[in-house]
Amino acid sequence: MLQIMEGSHAVAEAAKLCRPEVVSAYPITPQTHIVERLADFVADGELDAEYICVESELSALSVCLGSSAAGSRVYSATSSQGLMLMAEVVFNVAGMRQPIIMSIANRALGAPLSIWNDQQDSISLRDAGWFQLYGEDVQEMTDQHFIAYKAAEQHDVLLPGFVCFDGFILSHTYEPVDIPTQEEIDAFLPPYVPYNKLDAKAPISMGMYATPDYYMEFRYETDQALQRAGDAISAAGKEFGEMFGRDYSGHTESYRMDDADVAFVALGSICGTVKDAIDEMRADGIKAGLVKIRTFRPFPSKELAKALAGVSKVAVLEKNISLGSTMKGAVGPEVKDAVTGTAIDVYSYVIGLGGRDIRKKDIRGIANLAEKGVGNMFYGLRTEVL
Amino acid sequence: MVDKSLELFDCGHRACGGCGPAMLARLMLKGTGDDVIVVASTGCMEVFSTPYPETAWKVPWIHSLFENAAAVASGVEASLKHNNRTEKVVCICGDGATFDIGMLCISGAFERGHDITYICYDNEAYMNTGIQRSGATPYDASTTTSPPGKMSMGNSLPKKDLPQILNAHGASYVATASVAYPMDVMKKVEKAVNTPGACYLQVHTPCSTGWGFDGAKTIEIGKQAIECGLWVNYEMENGEFVKAKKVRRVPVDGYLKAQKRFRHLFRPKPVTEEIAKIQAIADANAAKYGIDIELNE
Repeated sequence: MLQIMEGSHAVAEAAKLCRPEVVSAYPITPQTHIVERLADFVADGELDAEYICVESELSALSVCLGSSAAGSRVYSATSSQGLMLMAEVVFNVAGMRQPIIMSIANRALGAPLSIWNDQQDSISLRDAGWFQLYGEDVQEMTDQHFIAYKAAEQHDVLLPGFVCFDGFILSHTYEPVDIPTQEEIDAFLPPYVPYNKLDAKAPISMGMYATPDYYMEFRYETDQALQRAGDAISAAGKEFGEMFGRDYSGHTESYRMDDADVAFVALGSICGTVKDAIDEMRADGIKAGLVKIRTFRPFPSKELAKALAGVSKVAVLEKNISLGSTMKGAVGPEVKDAVTGTAIDVYSYVIGLGGRDIRKKDIRGIANLAEKGVGNMFYGLRTEVL
Repeated sequence: MVDKSLELFDCGHRACGGCGPAMLARLMLKGTGDDVIVVASTGCMEVFSTPYPETAWKVPWIHSLFENAAAVASGVEASLKHNNRTEKVVCICGDGATFDIGMLCISGAFERGHDITYICYDNEAYMNTGIQRSGATPYDASTTTSPPGKMSMGNSLPKKDLPQILNAHGASYVATASVAYPMDVMKKVEKAVNTPGACYLQVHTPCSTGWGFDGAKTIEIGKQAIECGLWVNYEMENGEFVKAKKVRRVPVDGYLKAQKRFRHLFRPKPVTEEIAKIQAIADANAAKYGIDIELNE
């Protein structure tokens, strides 16, 4: 049954339905409505979890790590500066193979301080070993939480994951959303069975240090597991589709790509605007299409290459900036790598940083630039800096 | 009572001969028994006891980062509580991890009052990285980042009073101990893990490498620290001072002279005004904790 619900509250409902035993988070805009709602659930007895109010994001994820290592399913949520403060723990959790799921309400990074949306925070941690899912709307980001837990806890994966969605644009927007029942989620997501855990009856050491004789193999195995996470996400997305009618087996989703000549590649809520812009361009005879990236880590190169086959230009819409890089955006080079050996031209366009509005005419303007072979640039800057 | 004959910290680890922290690891587990989960910070003990694929720990042990042991322990405790499990949760962390980089996580954990025991093995500097000063380094001690020179007499700051800071957080039990008194260490660990709420134990663990003394003299050095009043063994319960170990106090000179980290105070000739400042610290400790045995006692 569809309900009108704020994005953050839908995420909190999803987290609750996953039955975490421990929730630990530190408030940060625009993540706050999620953790406030979870606090209500615990206070009202609707969620049987230890809710640990911590003094910083550093502790939030460290608490989750400890609980996960002791065998509990755990949940956290953060954004922007909070994610940066916990960055050391983020890498550590992946290396220690704890299947923690954390929601990221995407927000820009300072300086200058900005509470508004872009995707710099999670994309900056692309090398941390967490899988990364991006939702386009409230329904998708809600559903991705169930899929994330299911994939992360597979014993051939055992890796943490971010479920990312655009701060304010999705976190604070009310949309119709279908929230599954507890019985349905219990059927989809069984209780967490740790591969190993801290237990006095069967002592193990976790988080030992590795000499040069062993360190690389740990990194290799983590990378292998992250590749397997891709299959697990796809399988869980397929199973979810069979149970709930919303299929997420694809790491990408194509829109009007069948005969497209110019393709946009994007992540998150911007895809809605892009689809509308494509419809208008199509009406004017411009053969544009969109490939939405739902799974950014592991990067779905093969799927993307297949989806982009046949286009001549690709415009990657980047809500991030890899400062000092050639293409400007961080996603572009990976898209370019995916189509290596083809005649497809790939360009990055940095847009919408720090909450700058992105309009349909901007999308069309970027298509024009791509057609002309102009790219790897900021789009929509105030003219006085040029 | 736990079975103190259990050896839960195994032989074969890589600590230096006469390592005070290694002695503490063994004594600590005799105090906790085997129904325990140990959370370690990055540091000497972590490195000498767990080179993959070997471990000296015969109890469950976890290391995450330098600064977050108290938060990881909070999470372990929350999970155990949720599942009605019986294991005690004990942090074992060096003074750098405790006095300096870990303060944020420790403050949060003690404010929340998790049922954990946080044990600091205090060897008074960052030994794992090559003897740099920490907030626990005593006044005038020479370290690689507080070297004596024409303009320096060594570490220019006094040791931070961490037990008082955690006492002010409302810790149910705060105590200091020294590996020079093993029975006292075991007793205090056992008391701490059986006291509900967050407890703090700060244990003096002389470091022969970092302080510059013969590894055979670890216990002797530890005793000298107590006998001169530069280290005081005491207990606080629910915010109130309970008792301290009393001594027939001797001047600080002997303790200082026994260690290379204070050698610059005596060579080429004694720097009497600096030694007097350190004596004043010991005198203040004695007055504060009432450790002097009076002649008529």
